Amino acid sequence: MTDDELIWRISGGSGDGIASTSQNFAKALMRSGLNVFTHRHYPSRIRGGHTYTEVRASADPVRSRGDGYNFLLALGDSFARNPQEEAVYGNEEVKPLSENLDELREGGVIVYDEGLLDASEIPNFEERVEENDWHVYPLDLRGLARDQGREVMRNTAGVGATCALTGMELDHVQDLMRDAMPEKILEPNLGILQIAYDQVREEYDVDAPDVSVPTGENAEEQLLMSGSDAIAYGAIDEGCRFISGYPMTPWTEVFTIMSKNLPKLDGISEQVEDEIAAAALAVGASHAGVKAMSGSSGGGFALMSEPLGLAEMTETPVVLVEAMRAGPSTGMPTKPEQSDLEHVLYTSQGDSQRVVLAPGTVEEAYEQSRLAFRLAYEYQIPSILLYDQKLGGELTNVSKRHFDREPNPTLGKTLSEDALTEQPHSEDGKFHRFQHDVGDGVSPRSVPGQKGGRFLATGNEHDPTGHISESPDNRVAQIDRRTQKLAAIRDDLDSVDTGSYAGPEDAEYGILTFGSQQGTVEEAVGRLNDAGHSVKSYGVSDMLPFPTEQVTAFIESVDEVLVVEMTASGQFRGLVQKNLGRYGERLSSLLKYNGNPFEPAEIVDGFETAIVEGDGGRSGHQTTFVPAAGD
Amino acid sequence: MSTFSAIGEEREIDRDEYTPGVEPQPTWCPGCGDFSVLKALKQALPEVGRTPEETLLCTGIGCSGKLNSYLDTYGFHTIHGRSLPVARAAKLANPDLEVIAAGGDGDGYGIGGNHFIHTARENHDMTYIVFNNEIFGLTKGQTSPTSPKGHKSKTQPAGSAKEPIKPLSMSLNAGASYVARTAAVNPNQAKEIIIEAIEHDGFAHVDFLTQCPTWNKDARQYVPYIDVNDSDDYEFDKTDRVEAQEMMRTTEEALYEGEVLTGRFYVDEERPSYGEEKRAIGEMPEEPLAERYWDDDYEWERSHDMFLDKHA
Repeated sequence: MTDDELIWRISGGSGDGIASTSQNFAKALMRSGLNVFTHRHYPSRIRGGHTYTEVRASADPVRSRGDGYNFLLALGDSFARNPQEEAVYGNEEVKPLSENLDELREGGVIVYDEGLLDASEIPNFEERVEENDWHVYPLDLRGLARDQGREVMRNTAGVGATCALTGMELDHVQDLMRDAMPEKILEPNLGILQIAYDQVREEYDVDAPDVSVPTGENAEEQLLMSGSDAIAYGAIDEGCRFISGYPMTPWTEVFTIMSKNLPKLDGISEQVEDEIAAAALAVGASHAGVKAMSGSSGGGFALMSEPLGLAEMTETPVVLVEAMRAGPSTGMPTKPEQSDLEHVLYTSQGDSQRVVLAPGTVEEAYEQSRLAFRLAYEYQIPSILLYDQKLGGELTNVSKRHFDREPNPTLGKTLSEDALTEQPHSEDGKFHRFQHDVGDGVSPRSVPGQKGGRFLATGNEHDPTGHISESPDNRVAQIDRRTQKLAAIRDDLDSVDTGSYAGPEDAEYGILTFGSQQGTVEEAVGRLNDAGHSVKSYGVSDMLPFPTEQVTAFIESVDEVLVVEMTASGQFRGLVQKNLGRYGERLSSLLKYNGNPFEPAEIVDGFETAIVEGDGGRSGHQTTFVPAAGD
Repeated sequence: MSTFSAIGEEREIDRDEYTPGVEPQPTWCPGCGDFSVLKALKQALPEVGRTPEETLLCTGIGCSGKLNSYLDTYGFHTIHGRSLPVARAAKLANPDLEVIAAGGDGDGYGIGGNHFIHTARENHDMTYIVFNNEIFGLTKGQTSPTSPKGHKSKTQPAGSAKEPIKPLSMSLNAGASYVARTAAVNPNQAKEIIIEAIEHDGFAHVDFLTQCPTWNKDARQYVPYIDVNDSDDYEFDKTDRVEAQEMMRTTEEALYEGEVLTGRFYVDEERPSYGEEKRAIGEMPEEPLAERYWDDDYEWERSHDMFLDKHA
């Protein structure tokens, strides 16, 4: 935990504009030269229900949500149900304040809307404030907003108060409002921002802020971006111009961004009847010669098992994205988890012949979205990009330069009509689309409408022309060739090296993780080393084909390894052991599956109690330690 | 050489071009109605001027799915019930292709029923032929969605308690703009209807009665058949939705009473195809998307130039 950071939490009701207000505030902080990271917490409800977003800002790089927070802006919940009676949900109006106190750090600031919230309804509020040395500023934000004509502007009033109390200038916030707001609402919002700011400065002594906003400077132009944005832009830059899907949280974000942007690129987006159709459409479009994608979250992806297998068998390139959320079944739709790992690795009948990549950061989401397309089209195989609600929804600052790359619309080994004439054909003119003997296992393809390219794509086992065949020799030749592609992809991935390493190379202990927990783990590794431990981490992205060599080398280089993942059954640890076939005695697990991502302190704590003290069981309130075999 | 020079090629087409070298003789059972679908397609395609390499035939799973092995075009033998989503995407990706989908009654009206409804609703410019034999043939004789009520099979030993699907009515309600029924025993009508279906600009659904002499022995051979468009006994306007609906209902009920009514039941030439609808709202390019990947002069857009400023 550093003192030189602001972690601002804005809380209120779902539908109160928390998301947009926090996004603008995060961007204002970024524009002021800081590094930012946001964390969204929201219920699966249409209106009402307690929601919050955290914005972490620091001059140093920030890789996670951080631990707890130090500034609360509690707005009223304007959609609270039965506020007068303590009905099913209890008194919801006060929840934006009452439910956020546990994680507020000592010495933190509370600004709450006394126009809507009554702090006296919270048991022991005064005592807790005193105990924790919190600084409390009740402000009638609703009243202020109402005086200016629009109650919804209390968000803006809250931001004005935040700026006044943290010593932040208004200029970046004002600029952003000018960029984002239509004329009609801009003036009153600028007005209330200033009024709230001035009023706080008049009423309180703010010269020595309790929590101040840090100052910093970014070397180059920064963008505020989510993993979902990055995945969509990666697809676009790799020439994807076709998406088909069915809405499902949290994958809908990627689908929405693509659907909004594809028409501007003369591309096609299709919302269809179900996820079976969604994936089948992507396969059909790709078969006809277009770079195509689809995607879903757990339950929807389950429906894609069939078309996924069809793409494997017909060697049709396609990219599917899978945005994990807490399962099984409907699970917790708006909460992150990593427990679809085994689902995407193994779903669909037969031997898996697919690529699965799990990016760890927004930058990696962009790179690996592009990589997924490149591998899919070069090797004629389905690629799955596996991420989660956390990576998809978090906003963080990234350099604009990171995206300044050339587009790559190439279709891989797809032949022109000229080139087709040089290829083997049967006597009846059928093109040998699925030749037995090709170097890396990739037999070049044709596209319907090309002269001389006629072949049959089929989910049945087939001979070189695509004709259905159950000949044992052909079967072995075809499945060996398709499987051979995975070895070629592994070689290719070795040259890309998607892994992320942190900590000293000669460290005593290791932490292995995958996907979205990478940033949090790396922050924890920094702290552990600062505290005198000797730890390094390896964030793995290639789930299939697995980087067996690299992971083996990592485990061999340390005494013990803690595997950190958001699953209840240790799926990633299982994958490591399946691929390595040993090391069970060296691997222990730190698991979290309560619906919230790890905080760095939980990993620090888990490491210290589990590895250093060798204490099994439940390491904290919210995490679970599973010891190594034989311990 | 252009990218897709098979498309739009003007030349004489021989029926034999559609016969594959590997398996020229289908392995359907003797007397199977599926032969007639194959024959009708081999006659219709040269007549509408579509060559094997500008045609994409997408099939499902079942005896009908074997059509891909016996009709030599570009083919995609998909999975059970999923021929339509694959086919319609190919049509969106390259509207210049002649896209035909085919499957059985279990494939199209059972497991793929949702896709059937939505593809008809969207009115994609394609032809969909359903081999309707009122039975599951490839899996050896189980009750299908179009088997009559009371139909006994190994999976319905006491006889089906279900009313059969009414495919023509379902198609019309879903939004198909061309709905016809023909029968294997009526090759001339079958050919004419397949030609019309291919030439129709929209979703053309042909319910093709294909007798199964092996697994549905108690079923009719679909004779004698009556063409409702030619018969004096039936008067209706196939461009009128309400009259078409009534005629379909009569036809569907008559089938289970031993009377085989066939013909064109609904034809709407006015309704724009899905591609036209998408282009009208700016959500589909004028030029086939599949062509762009071969255009060396095309300047591929980058997110860096188009979408990043709003994140700054």
